Amino acid sequence: MAQNYYQKDIETMPVEDIKKLQSEKLVKQVKHVYENVEYYRKLMDEKGVKPDDIKGIEDLHKLPFISKADLRDAYPYGLLAKPLDECVRIHSTSGTTGRRVVAFYTQHDIDLWEDCCARAIVAAGGSKKDVCQVAYGYGLFTGGSGLNGGSHKVGCLTLPMSSGNTERQIQFMMDLNATIICCTPSYAAYIGETLKEQGYKPEDIPLKAGIFGAEPWTEEMRENIEKTLGIKAYDIYGLTETSGPGVAFECSEQTGMHVNEDHFYAEIIDPDTGEVLPEGSKGELVFTSLDKEAFPLLRYRTRDICVLSRKKCSCGRTLIKMAKPMGRTDDMLIIRGVNVFPSQIETVLLNEGYQPNYQIVVDRVNNNDTFDVKVELTPEQFTDKVGEVLAMEKSLANAMKTMLGINPSVHLVAPKTIARSEGKAVRVVDKRKLI
Amino acid sequence: MAIKQLTVFVQNSKGTIVSVTDILAKNNVNIRALSIAETKDFGILRLIVNDQELATKLLEENDYLIKTIDVIGVKIGDKPGELTSALAVLDKADINVEYLYAFMARTEKHAYVVLRVENNELAQAVLSDAGFKLITEQDVCKL
Repeated sequence: MAQNYYQKDIETMPVEDIKKLQSEKLVKQVKHVYENVEYYRKLMDEKGVKPDDIKGIEDLHKLPFISKADLRDAYPYGLLAKPLDECVRIHSTSGTTGRRVVAFYTQHDIDLWEDCCARAIVAAGGSKKDVCQVAYGYGLFTGGSGLNGGSHKVGCLTLPMSSGNTERQIQFMMDLNATIICCTPSYAAYIGETLKEQGYKPEDIPLKAGIFGAEPWTEEMRENIEKTLGIKAYDIYGLTETSGPGVAFECSEQTGMHVNEDHFYAEIIDPDTGEVLPEGSKGELVFTSLDKEAFPLLRYRTRDICVLSRKKCSCGRTLIKMAKPMGRTDDMLIIRGVNVFPSQIETVLLNEGYQPNYQIVVDRVNNNDTFDVKVELTPEQFTDKVGEVLAMEKSLANAMKTMLGINPSVHLVAPKTIARSEGKAVRVVDKRKLI
Repeated sequence: MAIKQLTVFVQNSKGTIVSVTDILAKNNVNIRALSIAETKDFGILRLIVNDQELATKLLEENDYLIKTIDVIGVKIGDKPGELTSALAVLDKADINVEYLYAFMARTEKHAYVVLRVENNELAQAVLSDAGFKLITEQDVCKL
């Protein structure tokens, strides 16, 4: 298969040259961060590291880690490294325990992020001849804007559909001959099912490729999507904290995602000791933004469990590859593309006057995540009126939706009915078979 | 005059009602009237029994979520239109009926209606004024 690249010089750069480039950028970045972000200066001083100690990428391990907790502590401006008047945009994650993470972007940051997304689109076979349907949500969520920007850079005709309204998605796809679709894999599967129900065969559908991310998905799901839509389905990885989708992307080989390591340096560490592990080891994925200006995170712990590989890739790219994340080091769930922590459910229950006796049940039905929360009723709350119990369920679901951004189905249950193992309640039952 | 109704929260799944009635039966508690309101997930069982205290104790010991509620009972003729006239009395007095269930006596030519209303005293007063005979817990147990 003939290969196209968006930025060939970077994507196929010899490894030694990439290292050199990373070293130069890191030295500059550490100085920038130390001088402009008090929060980082404190962290580095506490660890006894000065910018002068960082002479190249091999010194990265000397720097302290930064975690989601730091991001929440520093909300909203504590990690900002540029004056606000040089920033042009924010994006945000779904709120965690009431506090969101807000990331800032200068025009330079937007440009490099969109370049990353453009590389992903070209690696999926995209060019200016393509019609790219962006069905990720637009707004605070990074998915829509990121792929929209990438699609512009490639020169595709961009359909900024945002998510939802499947009838309209299909109408535009068919009428305007969309050839590439970008959305969550579960939404792609749903669109595929809907097309099938409407009698469309894969060969009737103009799409040739899809770029899917923001939630975990399996090889089985890939096969299923590729079959129903008649396309090649490519994975994309990213997180709001580092910019958004496009930190890593899949190529024609479909065996892992190339990290855009001229912008984001990836490490694998032992989640318990923090020690950097050699290539090929399984551990926690850590990212360093090498040249982001406004919100440059150094050694950000993603909590994703992953493996990196420098094995030669048939696509010709020399960028290191990361496997699909194999799990999390914390109890975070990704449901319909949204990060959900059990602690958030607990907070809502306490706020609403319930005991924190609950169980989250996640499953995948027809390729869509189901999200059920069972909550034990207390004798004080119990009423003999069905309508009141149903209203309590509804009001709890609304409070959870406000906290999480997605709608759970709340089920009030009798006390002591939630399964306990060794006396400890089982808080999360994830029935999705993803790994 | 109010009647004590035992209210039990049960999951809407196989065998949940029988497990409640089984506990009562084994301890010689006789169910005089019963109704269930169910949703997809759960049901609320409403019971009037001959020994409310014992039934409460037994179900509490078995970890059931229960609540005792005061309801009222009224005797009506076993013929068409009787329930309507009783309800009309409440409606006229602007008393909202949350729910009701009816049962028939074995020997008499009467039916009995259990009513869950917002204001027991007022409901009883207007029904009584309209000539309806109210029944007590003892009455229910004797039926």
